[in-house]
Amino acid sequence: MTKQNTEPDYEDLSGKQVYILRLFITGASPNSSRAIANLKAICETHLKGNYELEITDVYQQPLIAQREQVIALPMLIKMSPLPVRRLIGDMSDTEKVLRGLGLSSSN
Amino acid sequence: MSKTQKKENKKNHHAVLPKTPTGITGLDEITSGGLPLGRPTLVCGDAGCGKTLLSLEFIVRGATEFNEPGVFMAFEEKAAELAANVTSLGFDLEKLQAEKKIKIDHVHIDRTEIEETGEYDLDGLFIRLNYAIDSIGAKRVVLDTLENLFSGLSNQALLRAELRRLFHWLKEKGVTAIITGERGDGKLTRQGLEEYVSDCVILLDHRVINQISTRRLRIVKYRGSVHGTNEYPFLIDEDGISVLPVTSLKLEKPVSSDRVSSGIPSLDKMLDGRGFFKGSSILVSGTAGTGKTSIAAYFASETCRSGKRCIYFAFEESPNQIIRNMQSIGVDLRQYVDKGVLKFFASRPTLHGLEMHLVSMYKLIKQFKPATVILDPITNLITVGSVSEVKSMLIRLIDFLQEEQITVMFTALTLNTIVSEQTDEGVSSLVDAWLLVRDIEYNGERNRGMYIMKSRGMKHSNQVREFVITDKGLDLVEVYLGPDGVLTGSAREAQLLQEQTGEVLRDYAVSRKDREVIRKRKVLEAKISSLQTEFESVEEELNKTYQEEELIKQVAEKTRHEMTHLRREGKG
Repeated sequence: MTKQNTEPDYEDLSGKQVYILRLFITGASPNSSRAIANLKAICETHLKGNYELEITDVYQQPLIAQREQVIALPMLIKMSPLPVRRLIGDMSDTEKVLRGLGLSSSN
Repeated sequence: MSKTQKKENKKNHHAVLPKTPTGITGLDEITSGGLPLGRPTLVCGDAGCGKTLLSLEFIVRGATEFNEPGVFMAFEEKAAELAANVTSLGFDLEKLQAEKKIKIDHVHIDRTEIEETGEYDLDGLFIRLNYAIDSIGAKRVVLDTLENLFSGLSNQALLRAELRRLFHWLKEKGVTAIITGERGDGKLTRQGLEEYVSDCVILLDHRVINQISTRRLRIVKYRGSVHGTNEYPFLIDEDGISVLPVTSLKLEKPVSSDRVSSGIPSLDKMLDGRGFFKGSSILVSGTAGTGKTSIAAYFASETCRSGKRCIYFAFEESPNQIIRNMQSIGVDLRQYVDKGVLKFFASRPTLHGLEMHLVSMYKLIKQFKPATVILDPITNLITVGSVSEVKSMLIRLIDFLQEEQITVMFTALTLNTIVSEQTDEGVSSLVDAWLLVRDIEYNGERNRGMYIMKSRGMKHSNQVREFVITDKGLDLVEVYLGPDGVLTGSAREAQLLQEQTGEVLRDYAVSRKDREVIRKRKVLEAKISSLQTEFESVEEELNKTYQEEELIKQVAEKTRHEMTHLRREGKG
């Protein structure tokens, strides 16, 4: 589990919401590695300094899979801002990832 | 199934395909042992046909009866909903979960919440399943309804590849799995799951014919194993699912040469003097109001009187109605009901489909273990099925009853009075004995005639008997066979009376003649005695003359003697 952003507040001074993202992967599978790379790139481009990403290896914590209704992997859950969205896949379709994160219209 | 066959089958199972029993009544019979061990089985069918229940029962029975923990992965219902749905069946899922005998994992998948952003796999599902299996050491797994994945995820090609991997993985894992799938158009399942699950496919069906629903189960394929190929009706009731094999494939039932009385002595007399065979099937058919139910009630009462049990399935009248009506002919069924040896089960035929009737009868008979079963009347079952369906149902019922050595009596209503060779729901060829009660309408009155159409394996009377119902009970009276043909009822009585009159007249005539003779004799005797007297007097007359002559002779002799004496004296 790696924390990518250490900003304590969910909302910064400019009123922008902090994106809380959880990415579920399975070890070092090709899909997982691609997903991490793609997601990081997208976040760095569109949400620089305004996101919190938690990466979980489901193999290590199978209980989480049940709690979070994980079926397809890799999966990204956008916890905040609402609504909660689930994105599955290796995040290679940038357009869809942005739409899933609610960023496509604003950009 | 005979012992040797059982052994053979068992051997086959070990040699060909190990099986795991489901614990579901009847299903293990038709699969000859259960589902393929360590392999996935596909259960498919329309919505509401009982897929979820069947698979859940598989898990619960496994956990409770075979000590095989199971994982139930529900794609449709939540664990709590499932638990609530099956509490009525006596399955306590909460408790079993707490005891770590089963594990229910609800998989929620909603397309609206999911965005697909590239390549993915179903590792999440694998991990969850793996964790669930390992955490309780599960031997059984159910994936109910896996196809929901297809509605939640859009990448079909990927899903198919993943499913193939999943089934492979399940086999490797060595768990016996049931995968359920919705039935699709022209295919067994909407997503063609049958392509992946190749070992065993069970199809469930829920058909409504004439507003009556029947559930059916069919084993579409079972690789490497013998199995019943028919459609088997099944029932969902308070004990879960019961599947009933439609026909036992063999005709190897035990037979008995014991006899049971029909309760009517004169009928027994027609049947070789000893009644029906034990474990045989008897059909009583006749037009309305000919006393079929009365015969059945007599038989029931006789069974109970001899201390055996009897179940009376009534499809027309309520138990109280039958008891009251039978009291009027002197049969007291109430006492046997109170004693618990007679059981009535009254239901309208339209209550369930035929198969359901059969399954429920089957269960009741298994429970109550009667010596005699009565179905009154089977004709009403036609309202819920066609003739051929009723026939096939009755074949199965007779099969089952013969196996259990239970004597069964059916009553059937015939609609026409013309006796045709083929009849009555087509069961006449199936039954062992067939009694026919007929109306004989003659001379402005209706009488009942009864005869035995057939009675296998015994000498039986070929005579028509008049069947008399009085407040004292039933009786069979010999009909009057006279020069005018067969006479029954009051015609018979009249004929008898006429005969009696004739007899009286004849008697009278005879006695008059007798008296005449006596008188004649008296006259003659008188004459004889007068003649005798006459004869006596003549005889006496004759005697008198004779005696006189004798006397004269004597006197003369004496005189002559004296004369001689005197003369001698005179000389001297």
